[in-house]
Amino acid sequence: MTQPRDGGEVGELKLLGLWSSPFVTRAKLALQIKGLSYEYVEEDLSNKSELLLSSNPVHKAVPVLIHDGKPVCESSVIVQYIDDAFAGTGASFLPADPYNRAVARFWAAFLEDKLVKSWGRVFSTKADEERAEAMRETIAAAGVLESGLKECSGGQGPFFGGDSVGYVDVLLGGMVSWIKAAEPLSGAKIIDAATTPLLAAWMGRICELDAAKAVLPDVDAVVEYARGVQARVAAAAAEN
Amino acid sequence: MSEAAVRVIGLWASPYVIRVLIALKLKGVEYEFVEEVVGKKSELLLRSNPVHKKIPVLLHHGKPVSESLVIVQYIDEVWSSSSSGGAPAAAILPADPYTRAVHRFWAQYADDKVPSAVRILKGTDAGDKEQAAGQLAAALQLLEQAFVELSHGKRYFGGDSVAYLDIALVSHVGWVKAVEKIAGVALLDKAKVPNLVAWADRLCAHPAVADAIPDADKFVEYSVKYGSFSKPINGPAK
Repeated sequence: MTQPRDGGEVGELKLLGLWSSPFVTRAKLALQIKGLSYEYVEEDLSNKSELLLSSNPVHKAVPVLIHDGKPVCESSVIVQYIDDAFAGTGASFLPADPYNRAVARFWAAFLEDKLVKSWGRVFSTKADEERAEAMRETIAAAGVLESGLKECSGGQGPFFGGDSVGYVDVLLGGMVSWIKAAEPLSGAKIIDAATTPLLAAWMGRICELDAAKAVLPDVDAVVEYARGVQARVAAAAAEN
Repeated sequence: MSEAAVRVIGLWASPYVIRVLIALKLKGVEYEFVEEVVGKKSELLLRSNPVHKKIPVLLHHGKPVSESLVIVQYIDEVWSSSSSGGAPAAAILPADPYTRAVHRFWAQYADDKVPSAVRILKGTDAGDKEQAAGQLAAALQLLEQAFVELSHGKRYFGGDSVAYLDIALVSHVGWVKAVEKIAGVALLDKAKVPNLVAWADRLCAHPAVADAIPDADKFVEYSVKYGSFSKPINGPAK
């Protein structure tokens, strides 16, 4: 078990996940940045383990972080939990000032409600026109997030957390392999040096971090996985 | 005359606005309520929340905070027990990290399940009303269980004090009771979710909540008068 800097006991950490899930990658990134050891359990979502079903009975989804037997579900809740429960370990993901914390949380909510939601529709929608519209909305959301990055970083550094990795960096950071996969999959870039220069620089800096290198799934593997998902969605649509 | 230090831009019937008002009242913070005109967004709103152009917005010494749960956490952090001059207000976010995570999980769950079902049941969104009622009832059943686990036999999800999940969930009660009347369905049903019903009655009578959540009839009237305030007001209808 890792001893955090304050010398307190960390306890037992177990993460239930799927290698390709950007939401699971968020949790891994948070744990890695904090230097926390954990047991990783790869789930087969077509044959969910008893542990997963009993730990997340409401959604039966990954990621689930189990800390000393107690489960935490939903990726953004998990990342906040890691920050709260291991407050003595490494820098906080959120700034100290309440107003700046509110700004970071605002952009985290924007990321979930706008970018992630419309992007999810790209993969779940069967109709070509709807999928193209969802992709347009995703790209538009990235454009707005660019101004969010400017606001959050306050010119102090390349990250939403300024010169250190913060809450929004972790949430968006977990999605980087999928962001890179967007171009081979759809022909369109979500983050583009020409239209979202700050985010493009952000992505470069995130990928340089040891923590990111340790957890981000291989982009080609993600592309292949996504093509498999799209093929299954198309096949199911053709059957109806 | 100088501007109030704390202003809330909103509409009384919005659950997202209601939760901000409850948080301020719990902390004993004086505020000015800047009521929007339904169907016409003010310059102040558009300037204060340019990204979403939505209520609620909290203006603290003129600086805007948006997103209802972000605002609630901001209120909790700014007016923490150590900084208030009078009697210390209880913390809204639970102190224990695990309990805090459980409150966050269920607050997110409530926001995912309740408003969408409510919109179908009051007829502003298309959808199968029976299915929406069933889904909402199932969600309330899970929240009933969560209440039993989290309250430890005490009054609120926060135990002895009104906490994050109490605020997040009670803000939906006005509309849930309204759609019971509009759609003729039982949702806060004593037979099915007795603890939740008792909790809702108890919390709606709390001094910090009573003024923020009028009778269900007022919500029904609002629905008849304005249809859905969640329809896009500036821009093309979906």
